[in-house]
Amino acid sequence: MSDSTARPRAARRRLPRVNPVWLLLAALILAIVFMNPGFVEPTGYMNFLKRAAPLAILAAGQVYVIVSGGFDLSVGSLITLVVVGSSMLTNNDPSATVWVIPLMLALGLGVGAVNGAIVCFLRVPSLIATLGMMITLNGLAFLWSGGAPRGYLPDTFRFFGRELIKDVPLVRFIPVSVIVLVVVVGLLTWLMHRTNLGRQVHAIGDNPVAARLAGVAVNRVRITAFMLSGLSGALAGILLGGFAGVSTDVGTGYELQAITAAVLGGAQLLGGRGSVPAAVGGALALTAIFTLLNFLGLPQPVRQVVQGLILIAAVALAMHRREETGT
Amino acid sequence: MSLAEDTPPRATGFRFERWAPLILLAGAALIYVAVAIGTGQAQYLTLDNLIAILGRSIALGITAIGQTFVILVASIDLSVASLISATAVLASVVMDGAPAMILPAILAALALGALVGVCNGLMVSALKVNPLIATLGMSLIIQGCLSAFVSNFAGKVPVAFQVFAYGEIGPFPLALIFLALMAALAWAVLRFTRFGSDIYAVGGNEEAARFAGIKTGRVVILTHVICSVCAAIAGLYLASRLRSGAPWIGSDGVYDLESIAVVVIGGTVLAGGRGGIWGTMAGMLIFSLIDSVFNIAGVDSFAKQVLRGIIIVAAVAFYAIRSKRIVA
Repeated sequence: MSDSTARPRAARRRLPRVNPVWLLLAALILAIVFMNPGFVEPTGYMNFLKRAAPLAILAAGQVYVIVSGGFDLSVGSLITLVVVGSSMLTNNDPSATVWVIPLMLALGLGVGAVNGAIVCFLRVPSLIATLGMMITLNGLAFLWSGGAPRGYLPDTFRFFGRELIKDVPLVRFIPVSVIVLVVVVGLLTWLMHRTNLGRQVHAIGDNPVAARLAGVAVNRVRITAFMLSGLSGALAGILLGGFAGVSTDVGTGYELQAITAAVLGGAQLLGGRGSVPAAVGGALALTAIFTLLNFLGLPQPVRQVVQGLILIAAVALAMHRREETGT
Repeated sequence: MSLAEDTPPRATGFRFERWAPLILLAGAALIYVAVAIGTGQAQYLTLDNLIAILGRSIALGITAIGQTFVILVASIDLSVASLISATAVLASVVMDGAPAMILPAILAALALGALVGVCNGLMVSALKVNPLIATLGMSLIIQGCLSAFVSNFAGKVPVAFQVFAYGEIGPFPLALIFLALMAALAWAVLRFTRFGSDIYAVGGNEEAARFAGIKTGRVVILTHVICSVCAAIAGLYLASRLRSGAPWIGSDGVYDLESIAVVVIGGTVLAGGRGGIWGTMAGMLIFSLIDSVFNIAGVDSFAKQVLRGIIIVAAVAFYAIRSKRIVA
């Protein structure tokens, strides 16, 4: 907590310290533009943003849990459950979207609240609590759909993930998912960096005992952090359902990608430090890496290796910097 | 991390934490017996069946022994699943049906395990990378390298090596005896050697251990080597059992997360410094008993998954709910 208030003052006096994730992102985008000049056209970067939107939203939610000192491994299977559940509930009825989407958002909040309650009241470490939740939700998604999800999501539901708003000046068109992304990230950034809740989340992650002695309602804040992560999972599920279709593995791997994105953005595992915009930058960088590897025509296994190397390198560099600067 | 009002453990009397794994195990065994009798399937209560139940979780048990070491030093290893696949494939490709190649194959698999362990340990102790991230990255690297070369069952395990998984001494499978010996060895290392007490010291408080003159980096690296070598042995066992290696056997068994769950259910604390091998073995037994209960009761496989998730959380809550600590 102390350094998050002291740092901006010091930074203003000297050169502004840029979070390295933005340099990484800039370098990656330059590389993509170099490989594919079409990327500077609205079609290029808007599609990129549209593809990155679910992961970016997920990372923005995950940051809350990471900064508060925990992990949320359940978001990937929450995405699967949201997509499968929506297709079962809407049952090809376009008018059902009106109540299915609020229901799914409530589901996300509910899952987050249960995660938070398990961590706070049963005192199960969040790694295990959300791992159990991940297994449970995956099982529920299978159970609900009988193993083979059928049906399609109606177009009204897919509106958020797939539709474009045309005839916008300057950029020609804006995907709806990008608008959702901007709004959600804006709100989460405000909540984290401009309100008491955000400061309390940081305080808990930094030193839970000190935070409690200072009068922070630790349990309430932690549960809120998990609920925000669950909500972001449900939102990501709704967007993914729009352009990825229905299957029982849509969400697989997203929990680790979200954590990777947050870490690339400089969030400190086990709490106390992290920023929502930087995590979104991390998500964009991760998507850019995948895009770049795609352009290079590298097969899936190589992408995996590169992702692993980047993940380790990012954290090792962050630790090195932290030791050098002594913060 | 601990709070001021954290009650110190009483010097004498009943220590809940020590007995919790046994209580859980007794509970699981009771449920198993009750379900077997309740569904009128008393044939599941024989010694042969008990051995069969154990036989199904040998790979998990071997992996969990290694995982116990890294969790005791407050680290974690998520790379075991892909390492299991890699060593199984490596061993089966090197052997390729030739009995003469068994020894080189075993050595190659163990060497690969040791190499991965050293890399993991160096990343965690020298580069100070969070162990979760370091081993997750390592897992991606191993899996990527592996699937670049193989996409299906590769190589063939000679009959002589299948003895490891299928051989029997008296009524007991060879692999089960091997697991018991490994557990005993691990227990002896943790209980009686200086390295063992160094592990608890580093896990309890790394800073204090360093000031006490323990080479903490070396301890962390060694535990990671032990964990990865255990995973390599589990890979060899699975290759012997499946008669060939495939690049998905580790991730299919979810050995990374399941081994962590087994260790934690066995009472070893994720924050390090407290726990032990016998708890882990109890955790393994609990897991296999629960699986057998589901099989006997004929629970739908998807519902099984749901219950499994709930049981993992409930079992850990069984210990954790009494602690006054604020958990991560």
